[in-house]
Amino acid sequence: MDTRSVKTAPPRDLGRDELAAAVEWYGKMVLVRRFEEEAEREFRRGKIGGYLHVYSGQEAVAAGFLSAIRPDDIFFTAYRDHAHALFRGAAPGAVMAELFGKATGLAKGKGGSMHLFDVARGFYGGYGIVGGHIPLATGAAFALRYQQADRICLCFLGDGAMNSGSFHEPANLAGLWGKQGLCPIVYIVENNQYAMGTPVDRSSAVTNLASRFSTYGIENERADGMDFIEVRRLAGRAVRRVRETGRPYAVELLTYRFAGHGAADLFQPYRTKDEIAQARQRDPITLLEDLLRATGALSDGEVKRARADAERVVTDAVRFAEESPPPAPEELYRDIYGADG
Amino acid sequence: MAELTYRDALRSALIEEMDHDRRVILIGEDIGVYQGTFRVTADLLQRYGPTRVIDTPISELGFVGAAIGMAMLGLRPVVEVMTWNFSLLAMDQIVNNAAKLRYFSGGQVNVPLVIRGPNGAGVQLSAQHSQSLEATYAHFPGLYVVAPATPAEAKGLLRTAIRSQDPVIFLENAALYGLKGEVPDSDFALPFGKAAVVRNGRDATVIAYSRMVHAAVAAAEQLAGEGTEAEVISLRSLRPLDMATVVESVARTHRAVVVQEQWKPFGAAAEIAMRIYEEAFDQLDSPVERVTGADVPMPYARTLEARAVPHEADIVAAVKKTLGKQ
Repeated sequence: MDTRSVKTAPPRDLGRDELAAAVEWYGKMVLVRRFEEEAEREFRRGKIGGYLHVYSGQEAVAAGFLSAIRPDDIFFTAYRDHAHALFRGAAPGAVMAELFGKATGLAKGKGGSMHLFDVARGFYGGYGIVGGHIPLATGAAFALRYQQADRICLCFLGDGAMNSGSFHEPANLAGLWGKQGLCPIVYIVENNQYAMGTPVDRSSAVTNLASRFSTYGIENERADGMDFIEVRRLAGRAVRRVRETGRPYAVELLTYRFAGHGAADLFQPYRTKDEIAQARQRDPITLLEDLLRATGALSDGEVKRARADAERVVTDAVRFAEESPPPAPEELYRDIYGADG
Repeated sequence: MAELTYRDALRSALIEEMDHDRRVILIGEDIGVYQGTFRVTADLLQRYGPTRVIDTPISELGFVGAAIGMAMLGLRPVVEVMTWNFSLLAMDQIVNNAAKLRYFSGGQVNVPLVIRGPNGAGVQLSAQHSQSLEATYAHFPGLYVVAPATPAEAKGLLRTAIRSQDPVIFLENAALYGLKGEVPDSDFALPFGKAAVVRNGRDATVIAYSRMVHAAVAAAEQLAGEGTEAEVISLRSLRPLDMATVVESVARTHRAVVVQEQWKPFGAAAEIAMRIYEEAFDQLDSPVERVTGADVPMPYARTLEARAVPHEADIVAAVKKTLGKQ
């Protein structure tokens, strides 16, 4: 399935709650897009160092899933993680401050763009080694069920991660533990078509990535990751099922990364401008906006206001990050060992 | 006090901690039905059931990583690696996740995890199954690295390890599992970063850990027959390293020999010797000597293997060298 060939879905029968949630999450997606554009600008200004991987184009994936879980559920993702933190309710100022390497950042300026954490909200991190977080999320899901909680774990991963041993080994464990109802996890493959610059058909012998979970006895499906409503409905079903059974489930969502792999990926020799322009025809935010306008849930004025709100929140976040102090020198040696260390 | 083998000392620490804390679970290859390759987990599956004693497939990366995730969520997993050689398959998880999670999350998570199993040479296990990886792991901030030499140390350090808030690299030794020794009863724990003087002496200090402590004691006894009194220190943990005990001893003996089973270049003894130079240079009457394994992949042939690992005689010679008696 190529998402670029899928036409915009016509207005559907949306329940009142679903519509209200869609309007709310539309605003969050607008904010995340604006945040990422600003992060790229701040990177070019030299305010953000290291690596910077932005989420533009993939918003419906994280939004769809994070709008479908409970406040006590948890999730893990890789290094393209700003959106996940923001969608879950982390203060935009604290996220931007982390990118700026400031003491007020989510991780006190010690993690940076790739290592956002907000454990109080169930966000167990952004990780920088491709696939390296998949075993952690799998074990975390086991721990939730061991503690006899009906909480669940989401594990976001990219298409590139699926070719590493750190995907296959925990997937097998999840299949095994799931037989005993001990692994309440949803693996969400954000198939944005490229592992850095290598397309899926040059990195995976089987390009239907969802089907690869079948090897480990994990039920799976594949869907359009550009359509917020579809992702959210699918997420609701997947989450309910995993919560009830304690068995893992996997979803491959077809999406597209509008920006480069990272802020240093300037020339993108692996794809054409035309391809990107075509993908932008199915911008997940525009798709949702069109749908909500068509149903009358969103007026021109409300669209304008959402954009203005995002502008204001991002401007405030940048100001907060700019004005925050750097970490104190003694922070260098803190947080290596716990209280008993 | 009870007399226990090193194996049973470890096992009794696991049982007592599992009885006392339901968060403690065991994970590893063939630790349940098979009872553990070295029987450290014998009968524990029967005692605690399959959700607390988890037999895993052969996937070190997967189950070590999963255990880290369990620890982040508040469990206290004790992972058995069949030997530390196999931990290399999980090294990314140990080094990039377990050791650093607290730091790069800005202190938001604990990783109360123990990884335990035999380290070092066995008997004719050849190149892939005989490595000593203590310096490799001790290099990384965020890990504890401990290496007990006796049943009492094994039990006391394992208890501390299980109760720790941070990942512990717990290095056992296959040759020690059958060793018997007195172990204090009840709630006995040994802190990390506190070495033990296991033999007193005035002429030279021999610093060792794990199995090499026994070679050092045997060497000291031989030297005593010749009128030289060597002090022997069991470090117990390499990270943290108890330099206070080492320096205090060297300040009395003025000579130091550091013993390790692993390869000489960039090994634990290099670090310890350098710390002695940094912290007690003026106390030394002669250069610090190192006794180490041969700088070769471990050969299979019994005759060659015997030449590749350090022996009591090497320690005797090194002590004599510090005394100018060669």
